Amino acid sequence: MKKEWPVWEVFIRSKNGLDHRHAGSVHAADAEMAMENARDVYTRRQEGVSIWVVETKNITASNPAENGEFFEPAKDKAYRHPTFYELPDELKHM
Amino acid sequence: MQEKTYEYLLLLGDHSLILGHRLSELCGHGPSLETDIALTNISLDLFGQVRNYFQYAAELTDGKTEDDIAMLRYSHEYKNSLLCEQPNEDFAHIILRQFFFDAFHLPLLEQLQHSKDPRLAAIAVKSLKESKYHIRFSSQWVKRLADGTDLSRQKMQDALAHLWAYTTELTEPTPLETEIHAAGIGADLAAVKTAFDDRVKSVFDEVNLEIPDSKYYQKGGKTGVHSEHFGYILSDLQYMQRAYPDMKW
Repeated sequence: MKKEWPVWEVFIRSKNGLDHRHAGSVHAADAEMAMENARDVYTRRQEGVSIWVVETKNITASNPAENGEFFEPAKDKAYRHPTFYELPDELKHM
Repeated sequence: MQEKTYEYLLLLGDHSLILGHRLSELCGHGPSLETDIALTNISLDLFGQVRNYFQYAAELTDGKTEDDIAMLRYSHEYKNSLLCEQPNEDFAHIILRQFFFDAFHLPLLEQLQHSKDPRLAAIAVKSLKESKYHIRFSSQWVKRLADGTDLSRQKMQDALAHLWAYTTELTEPTPLETEIHAAGIGADLAAVKTAFDDRVKSVFDEVNLEIPDSKYYQKGGKTGVHSEHFGYILSDLQYMQRAYPDMKW
């Protein structure tokens, strides 16, 4: 029997309007405990207004060994950045 | 009445001071990193409340400081309930002691927020949010242990058999508490008892824990008569102030 509690990833929104960001991980037996552990470990210094937890096994991660075909083809495609448009003068705040 | 208010502030603060000290002994010794931090967070919350009570109490004296009140009294001058000084036998004892305290502390603070003494009412309002989290944490763990493995349930039942005798004292008024309630400053312990009983019953019912039907109970802490554990607590708690009087951190 496995005695360690599973690992959960913790995401915290630091204030309303911002995105949740990955803060770290905790061990917990279930979602409720993960939420409380996350609160106790990661929001002691007013770091957040909202917490998400998700069990680590439920996250599908890209494989670092495949970084070549995954990410490098984007490197020489500067035309995908929206930097070649002439903006009309009337357009403000872009 | 100012003298009574002073005594009452000490009684309120001492519950939190001694339980907070017990929890602080666990720093670095919790069963997991997460519960270690959770328990020491609760300890720090309680110490924060103690400071509020004792800073106010110090203002009612001729020149005592909060440190004098916290660190330089003798055993019989501390008025915490006996429950708060019970040792950290194991995790089940720690959790159940916390749950009983929280089930008492939350309705106590709810009462105190309506105190005629505006400063005391303000301290209660501030402490209430912390206490609401504490009871969420402790009742969740009571349920987990009682409803977990055969071993965890056995440990929770052992803790219950040991600690139940200390719960009566929490809500049984001393003459001071009766008088201070009559003056509109202190909490109505009869109402606190009703809330305590309801809370314990609802959590215990969920996991089929039975309240012991023993009529035997322990009391004395609130009038300064402490258990054999208390001297050891004070020697730890007071060592620094006694060895280096008036030291500052």
